[in-house]
Amino acid sequence: MTVPNDRIANSAFKVSGNPQYVPSPTRGLFGKVMTGLVVLCAALALLPLGSILYTLLVNGFSRLTPAVFTELPPPPLVDGGGFRNAIVGTLLTSFLGALISVPFGVLTAIYTTEFGRGNRLSQFVRFCTNVLSGVPSIIAGLFAYGVVVLITGTFSAVAGGVALAVLMAPIVIRTAEEGLKSIPPDVRQAAVGVGATNFQAISRIILPAALPFIATGVTLALARAVGETAPLLFTALFNQYDVNSVWQPTATLSVLIYNFAISPYKNQQELAWAAALVVVGLILIVSIIARVATRRKVY
Amino acid sequence: MTPQSAAPEESLIQASSKFHPTRLIDRVFYWLTLILAIGIGAVLVWITFSLLNIALPSIREFGLGFLTQSVWNPVTDSFGAFPQVYGTIVSAILALLFAVPIGVGVAVFLSEDFLPRKILTPIAFLVELLAAIPSVVYGLWGIFVLIPAILPLLRWIHSVFGWIPFFSTPPSTRQMFVTALVLSIMILPTIIAISRDTLVSLPPQLRQGAYGLGATRWETILKVLLPAALSGIIGSVMLALGRALGETMAAAMLIGNANRVNISFFAPASTIAALIANQFGEASGLQRSSLFFAALVLMLLTLAVNMLAEYIISRFQEVER
Repeated sequence: MTVPNDRIANSAFKVSGNPQYVPSPTRGLFGKVMTGLVVLCAALALLPLGSILYTLLVNGFSRLTPAVFTELPPPPLVDGGGFRNAIVGTLLTSFLGALISVPFGVLTAIYTTEFGRGNRLSQFVRFCTNVLSGVPSIIAGLFAYGVVVLITGTFSAVAGGVALAVLMAPIVIRTAEEGLKSIPPDVRQAAVGVGATNFQAISRIILPAALPFIATGVTLALARAVGETAPLLFTALFNQYDVNSVWQPTATLSVLIYNFAISPYKNQQELAWAAALVVVGLILIVSIIARVATRRKVY
Repeated sequence: MTPQSAAPEESLIQASSKFHPTRLIDRVFYWLTLILAIGIGAVLVWITFSLLNIALPSIREFGLGFLTQSVWNPVTDSFGAFPQVYGTIVSAILALLFAVPIGVGVAVFLSEDFLPRKILTPIAFLVELLAAIPSVVYGLWGIFVLIPAILPLLRWIHSVFGWIPFFSTPPSTRQMFVTALVLSIMILPTIIAISRDTLVSLPPQLRQGAYGLGATRWETILKVLLPAALSGIIGSVMLALGRALGETMAAAMLIGNANRVNISFFAPASTIAALIANQFGEASGLQRSSLFFAALVLMLLTLAVNMLAEYIISRFQEVER
């Protein structure tokens, strides 16, 4: 990509006696100052990350006892407690979000890459996908409130799943498209050549080949869903207790962090840190796995 | 977004010389994918429509005056979101002021060869992790770590530069300035990732030509590469602006939810998203309708910003090909 300076200096056309062109001192100094500035920028950008991870470990780790995973959230002024229901709720809402967005996203990607590659509609779909990924998460929450909560008359995990699905779909579509595009055309020709119908070619040959990409997209989408708070405030709301149906208000880790972070009680604040450590830990592990699995840039 | 996806353009349709979805299952499958693809556009329309539907009573009641009035009184049922609109836009612009110079700087740092690839790749990954941290965790960190740490510095700024209207109030614990600072951290990854992509995908002849004319590395960056990548960088900034406008949890936790406009950045303020997050629980009737009206305004604002960004970035990619 980039041409390093030394390769230019070491080209075959060296003038004897003047091996390298040196700019004037002021220009050289200017370059050094600018280099210093961008290194400073990089340090400044990584400082908050370091601070966040450090404080999460320090504040969250002390409360990360087994009780945290097995007990229910404590009322104010009561010590101890945990957030087992919120862990279950987070996994539940994220799973429901994936259940809606993954089939939708993969089938959409199949249309834009296999049936309508490069046509007007595919371009329109790409445009809509990008615009949708820029829609604020709070809007997705209000949308799900309007189309699920108001109609069913109750806050629920399903409503949370619908809100999350809106946010997950663009990520799934994008990664699935990349995966499908990376499959060489010979594979398609071979499949069609031995007499496969389009459906057979896609379901038996093309999709399995693109599976690693799709799996990456799903994990990235799940990582996003696990951390989302705003959409869940208006849909899954919160629940002090365990849920036994998807049509009830449901506790989630992210909403628990929000509720307990702004609470005046020390014990609840500590639990917020522990929950944040669990959430960020989950997200980082998933992101790193996804990254290592494909070694491609997806965002 | 990766420009070097050099897969040959051949889809299934071209592989089977003529596409006759003769079999029922093929035909059903084709239409299923087609309908879902159209569904993406439909979802966007549906979202807007569902917000509009609930916002309607408030729109009828207040009309465009909603955007210029500064009352928010559930008791008398009179609502106006001017302070929130102001706070949303000002906090986002402040966040851009912090984030753009640093973001472009980091993008240059990561796209040049100041350090070997082996070191730059992990740094780039770490920057992307900033995007993976949830908004609510930024809020938590802001409340318990950033605000206590930065307040002394803000007090000093207030004591020395208090004569500037923007710093005229003593810094409170929940305020616009710190919120904008946290927003700027949250939008950095967007600016860095897209700007870096653009810089990396510039034709190498540009750099070679500039070096050949005797420019130093930094003269090349500032006078050749950055101008050439300008549209991509502007696109990334627009996308980041869209993110900052719609950011909810961090703003709701840090901005202080004041219902009036204060010119000072050290005073509590509010944003549309923070207003909705804080009031939704106990809202009903006209108040809920007004919250949806505010959400509709936010939606249209971010849609406009994002569509413009998309257009700018896609134009750049066409130029490249």
